[in-house]
Amino acid sequence: MGLPTIRVGVDIGGTFTDVALEGPGGLVTGKVLTDYAEPERAILTAIETAAREAGIAPGDIGQVIHGTTLVTNALIERRGARMAFITTEGFRDVIEMRSENRFEQYDLNLQLPVPLVPRKDRFTLNERMGPKGEVLLPLDPSEVRAMAERVVAGGYEAVAVGLMHAYANDAHERMMADALAELAPGLSVSISSVISPQLRELPRFNTVIANAYVQPQVSAYLGRLVTRLRAAGIDAPVFLLHSGGGLISVDTAAEQPVRLLESGPAGGAIFAAGYARAHGIDRVLSFDMGGTTAKICLVEHATPKTANSFEIARTYRFKKGSGMTVSTPVVEMVEIGAGGGSIASVDMMGRIQVGPRSAGSEPGPACYQRGGTEPTVTDANLVLGRLDPDGFAGGAIPLSAKLAETAMGAVAAQQGLSEQDTGFGVTEMVDENMANAARVHAVENGRDIEAFTMVAFGGGAPLHACRLCEKLAIDALLIPPGAGVGSAIGFLRAPFSYEATRGLFQPLDGFDADLVNTTLAAMEAEARAFVDTGAAGEETVTKLTAFMRYRGQGWEIPVPLTQDRFAPGDEPALIAAFEEAYRALFGRIIEGLMPEITNWSLIVASRPPEPAPVKRVTDGTPARATRPRRFFDAALRRDVEAQEIARAEMTPGSVVEGPAIITEDETSTIVTSRFRAIGQPDGCLLLIRKEASA
Amino acid sequence: MTPDTIDFQIMWNRLIAVVEEQATTLIRTAFSTSVREAGDLSAGLFDRQGRMMAQAVTGTPGHVNAMAESVGHFVREIGPQSIFEGDVYLTNDPWMGTGHLHDITVVTPVFRKGVQVGFFASTAHVVDIGGRGFGPDGREVYEEGLLIPISKFVERGTVNDMLIRIVRANVRTPDQTVGDLYSLAACNAAGDRRLHAMLDEFGIDDLDGLSDFIMTASRAATEAAIAAVPRGTYRNTMTVDGFEVPVEMVVTLEALGDRIRADFTGTSGMSTYGVNVPEVYTRAYACYALKCAIAPEVPNNAGSLAPFEITAPEGSILAARRPAPVSVRHVLGHLVPDVVLGALHAALPGTVPAEGASALWNIQISARASDPDSGLPGAEILMFNSGGTGARPALDGLSATAFPSGVSTMSVEATEHVGPIIVWRKDLRPGSGGAGATRGGFGQVIEIGARDGYDLWFNAMFDRVDHPARGRDGGKPGASGRVELSDGTKLRSKGRQQIAGGHRLRLSLPGGGGYGDPLARDSRAIAADLEAGLIDAETAAKVYGWQGPRD
Repeated sequence: MGLPTIRVGVDIGGTFTDVALEGPGGLVTGKVLTDYAEPERAILTAIETAAREAGIAPGDIGQVIHGTTLVTNALIERRGARMAFITTEGFRDVIEMRSENRFEQYDLNLQLPVPLVPRKDRFTLNERMGPKGEVLLPLDPSEVRAMAERVVAGGYEAVAVGLMHAYANDAHERMMADALAELAPGLSVSISSVISPQLRELPRFNTVIANAYVQPQVSAYLGRLVTRLRAAGIDAPVFLLHSGGGLISVDTAAEQPVRLLESGPAGGAIFAAGYARAHGIDRVLSFDMGGTTAKICLVEHATPKTANSFEIARTYRFKKGSGMTVSTPVVEMVEIGAGGGSIASVDMMGRIQVGPRSAGSEPGPACYQRGGTEPTVTDANLVLGRLDPDGFAGGAIPLSAKLAETAMGAVAAQQGLSEQDTGFGVTEMVDENMANAARVHAVENGRDIEAFTMVAFGGGAPLHACRLCEKLAIDALLIPPGAGVGSAIGFLRAPFSYEATRGLFQPLDGFDADLVNTTLAAMEAEARAFVDTGAAGEETVTKLTAFMRYRGQGWEIPVPLTQDRFAPGDEPALIAAFEEAYRALFGRIIEGLMPEITNWSLIVASRPPEPAPVKRVTDGTPARATRPRRFFDAALRRDVEAQEIARAEMTPGSVVEGPAIITEDETSTIVTSRFRAIGQPDGCLLLIRKEASA
Repeated sequence: MTPDTIDFQIMWNRLIAVVEEQATTLIRTAFSTSVREAGDLSAGLFDRQGRMMAQAVTGTPGHVNAMAESVGHFVREIGPQSIFEGDVYLTNDPWMGTGHLHDITVVTPVFRKGVQVGFFASTAHVVDIGGRGFGPDGREVYEEGLLIPISKFVERGTVNDMLIRIVRANVRTPDQTVGDLYSLAACNAAGDRRLHAMLDEFGIDDLDGLSDFIMTASRAATEAAIAAVPRGTYRNTMTVDGFEVPVEMVVTLEALGDRIRADFTGTSGMSTYGVNVPEVYTRAYACYALKCAIAPEVPNNAGSLAPFEITAPEGSILAARRPAPVSVRHVLGHLVPDVVLGALHAALPGTVPAEGASALWNIQISARASDPDSGLPGAEILMFNSGGTGARPALDGLSATAFPSGVSTMSVEATEHVGPIIVWRKDLRPGSGGAGATRGGFGQVIEIGARDGYDLWFNAMFDRVDHPARGRDGGKPGASGRVELSDGTKLRSKGRQQIAGGHRLRLSLPGGGGYGDPLARDSRAIAADLEAGLIDAETAAKVYGWQGPRD
C-alpha cells in the first residue's frame, strides 16, 4: 500500500493556521488566522482554499494530517477538565512537592507552579507495589468500589490514576479503572501504566494527569473536526502528528492527547530533516525563529533527536524547572525567549538585555505603528537597514523607521551610544543568546556544533541565521522555500510511528533475558497495533533503545541497540553498546562499574516518503540585483554597501556574494560579507562561508 | 579593533555561557549524587590576578565566596614562577577550598600565546574521600579522610601518578573518586577551549580590559543596591539545636552606605563533632543571604562580592580552627542565612522571609541483612529532603522546598531500586506551617521501613527539633521536627541508630515560620488551606479567627 496521491497537512498555531497540500500538481501552501472559538472552522477554510488553488475537489484528498497547539495551550492557560487524581496512600502530594528545589536561586519571592489537581481532588488507596511489581500491600476490592462511588459522586469530568510502581505491575490501576468504567461508562479515565509506563513517580503522575486534564476537550474537538471534514465531502482518514515526530490515528490521539503536546514544533524538525535527507547532510541544526521564541533541534542522519521526557508550561522566563516535567516521547527542542518581538532593556549593570519579554503581535514592535513603544529586535533590524520599511510582509505592514529609532533612543541614551550602535547591541545580544543555547545543547549531547549545517526557517530566522553561523563557526546554511509554513509541510514528510515505553529495571549482572523478551514482545505488539491503523501492510522499521547508567548514577543515557530480542550471554554486547554511547557523550568510560537498565523504548515506524535527492550547486552565474542597499554587518562592525536580490531571481546556480539581502514577501535573508548564497535546484538558498568554499 | 562597551557586554554574556558550559560538563560526568541532585559544584573563570570574573549559577550557595577565594591560595602556594602551560592543580583542604574534605577544587591556568592570562577553577563533591566517611563522628579532621594539600595534579601535561596512587589507596571508591578528578580537569579544559574561541573572535590576547569592565560595573551595581539599605548597626541572635549542646548564632550587621559588614562575634564555640564550619563556608552563606535580599540580579564575581565583608571569630563554631572536624558543616551553614536575614529585617522591613526549616534533612541509610549468614547484600541509600521555608512578606512560604540549599529530592521509585527499603510515605505534613498573615511552608512526613530480612541503620543529623523556625512580625513559629518510630517511640535527632526489621522510621520535617498577625490572613487563603486538609477547623477558628466563608 503506497501513500494516497493527494495529502494535506494542517498546523494550528497561536496566530495562524497553516496548510500544505501536496498532489501530482506539486505543493500548495496557505495561511489563515486561527479561529479560537472553533479551530476546525479555520482548518476547513484553509483546506478548501488550498484545494481550489490546486484545482482539485476536497473529495480528492486522500489523507489529512493535523497538528495543533491546542493541548499545550489548554495546559498553559489551565482550561482543562475538572478532574480527580487517585494515587497510593502516602503519595498524595508528589505533584505538589515536585523535586523540592527552587529553579531560581536568588529570588526570595519565588512562586512555584500550582499543581493541575488541587489537594482536595487528590485521593489515595491503601495499596503498594514493590519495584519489581511484587504486591507489598494488596488492594481491597471493596475499597476500590467505595473510591469509584466517591469519585463519581464528586461529578468529575475526568479521572487520572497513578499508583506507585505501576509501570512494573498495572493490576491495581486496572482494578480502579475497571470499577470506574463499570460505574460510569462514559467517564474519561487515564491510567499511568498505559499513558506513561516509566520509572519515576513525579513525571509519570504529571503525564497521566496532563492527559486526563485535556482528554475530554481534545476528544470532543477531534470528533467535531472529523464531522466537519466529512460534511465538506472529505472522507479521507485523519492522522495527527505526535510529539515524537510520527503519525498516529485520530482515535489514538483522542485517547492519549498528551502525545500531541509538541506536535507543531515537531513538524518543523521533520521539515528540516526532509531537507537534510534530500541534500544528503548528516548533521543538521534546525533553527526556527518566530515573533516570540526561537527553537533549536539537532537532526542527525535525517532523524530529529528525541527524548523521553520534557518540561511543559514553563512559568518563569523559559527557565528550566519552572514548568511541569512529563514523560512522553518527544522531539527534543531547546526553546529560547528570543524573537522579533523580544524587548530590549538595560539591566542594573548597564548591560543590554533582550527578552524573554515580548511585544508579541499586539501591540508588536514600535515600528509596526500599532502603539508599541518599547524597543524590540525587529526595531533594531530596521534601524540597521536589514529590513525594508516598505517591503515588510510584502508591503502589507508599513514600518516606521522613525518610531523604531525613537524606541531605540531610550536604550541608546542609557548606553551613551548612537541608535545604530544600540541596534547592533540589541541584535548582537539576541544572536549571542541563541548561539549560546545552541552550543550548550550540542555540548549536552556530546556534539561539536561546528560540524553541523544549519537549516533555518520561520519568519525571523533568515534575518539572523547567517550571523548565528558566524558565531557558531558553522560553514553552511540552508534556507528552504515555504519556510513560513514549515511545520505543515513537515507533517507530510512524517512516518507512521508509535513509541512504546516501559520501566523494567535490569542490572547487567542479573539480566533476565526471558523477562525482557516477554516485555519487548508486548511493547512491539502494542506499537505495531497503533502503526497498523495508518500503515497496515507497509514495510516498517523497529528501533529499540535502552536507558542505561552505571550503578550509583542517578540519570540514564539513551543507548540505541541493534538487536530487539535477547538470549543469555548477550550481556557483553549490551555493555559494549552502553560504553560506546557513554564514550560519545562523555569522552571516557569507567572501568570496573556495572551498567544497569531502567527504562526501555521501542519504536515501530513506517518508512517515510523518500525525497528526491538534490544535487548541491556551489557555483554558477551572478544573480540580477534589484537595487543597492546598506546594512550593518555585525562581524565587521560597520555599514556595508550591499545588493538587494529578489528571491525569485535565485534560480538554481544563481550566485550572490555577500553582503546582500535576498527579499521575499514573508522574510528577508541577510547574507553577510563573509558568506555567499547560491540558488539550489529545489528552491533552497545555500549560504556558504567564503573561505570554506574557496 | 579595540573592544568597546558593546563588545565587553557581549563578551561578559559569553563568559557566563562559558562557565555554565563548564558546569554542565561536570554535572553530566560526575559520580557523586550531591553533584547531580544538589548541584554541589561550582565552576568559574578568574583573571591573571586571581579575581573571579564569572561563576556558574548552580545549586549550592556554599561555593559562592569559597570559589572566589580559592584561586588566590593556589597562586600563593604554587608560586607564579612555577605556573606552566599544561598544568592542573588541586586541593581539598577545607580551609582553602569549600569547607570539607569531600569537595575537591581543581584549578587550571589559562595560557594565550605563551603568556598566562587567567585561570579556570571548578569544585565537586566526590563520592568518597576515605576516613570515617561522610558524617559527624570524626573528632579531628584527620579522621575525616585524606587531605590533599595544594598540589600539581598535572605538570606540563604529565599526570602526577604518585598523587593518583595515593588517592586510589585511601578511598573506598577509587574509580569514581579519581574519575571525578579527571572530570574536574576536563570541565576546565572545556572552558579553556571556549574562552580561546572568544578571544580569537574578538581579536584580543588578554582578559585585563574585560575584567576591569566586569569588576567596575558589578561593584557599582552592588554599591548602588547597598546604598538603599539604611545606614546603621543591626544585631540578631538565633539558637539552634547543634549537636551535643544548643548553638547560639549571633550576627552584627553594619550598613556603611557602599558596603555591608557582617560579624559573628558572640557565636558559640566549636563542637567536638564534625558540625563545625570553616569561616569560608560561613562567608558563603552569609553573603548569599545578603545578596538575595539586596542585590539578587548582580552576577557573582570579585567585584560584586567585595562590598560584603564577612568575618567570624576564629575558634567559634562558624570559624572552626584546624584540626577541627568539619565533615557535615552544611547543617549549621544552612542556618546562617536565617540569622543574617533576621538582622537585615530591622534595616529593610517587608523584604526578608521568616525563619524556615533551612537545614536539610538528609537521610543516610545503611541496610544490612538481619541474619549475617543469609548472604543478602547490604546497601547504602542517600535521600535529600526539605522542610518548609519561612513565610514571605506577601507570599506564603514554600512547602517541602530547599532553602538556602538548592537541592533536589530523588524519586522514591528510583530509591527503592537502589536498596532494600520501602518508603511508605512522603507527603506534606498538615499543620506544620507557622501561622501568620502569610503562612510558613509545610514540612513533610517520611516513613521508611526495611524489606524483609533487613535491618536499617541511619545517621541522624537533624536540626530544628528543639528550636523551631521563628515567625516574624507576629507570625507564629513553624512546627518543630520529630524523629520517631511509626509507633510513636521517640528517637534521637543526632547520631547513629538502628531500625530493627518490622519497624518503620518516621521523620516529621519542620515547617517554616509565619509572617504577620494570623488574624490578618486573607479568609480565602484560610478556606483554601482548610479545603486542602492542610490546616484543621480548630486551628482555623482559634489561631486564624476564621468564622466560615464570607461573601
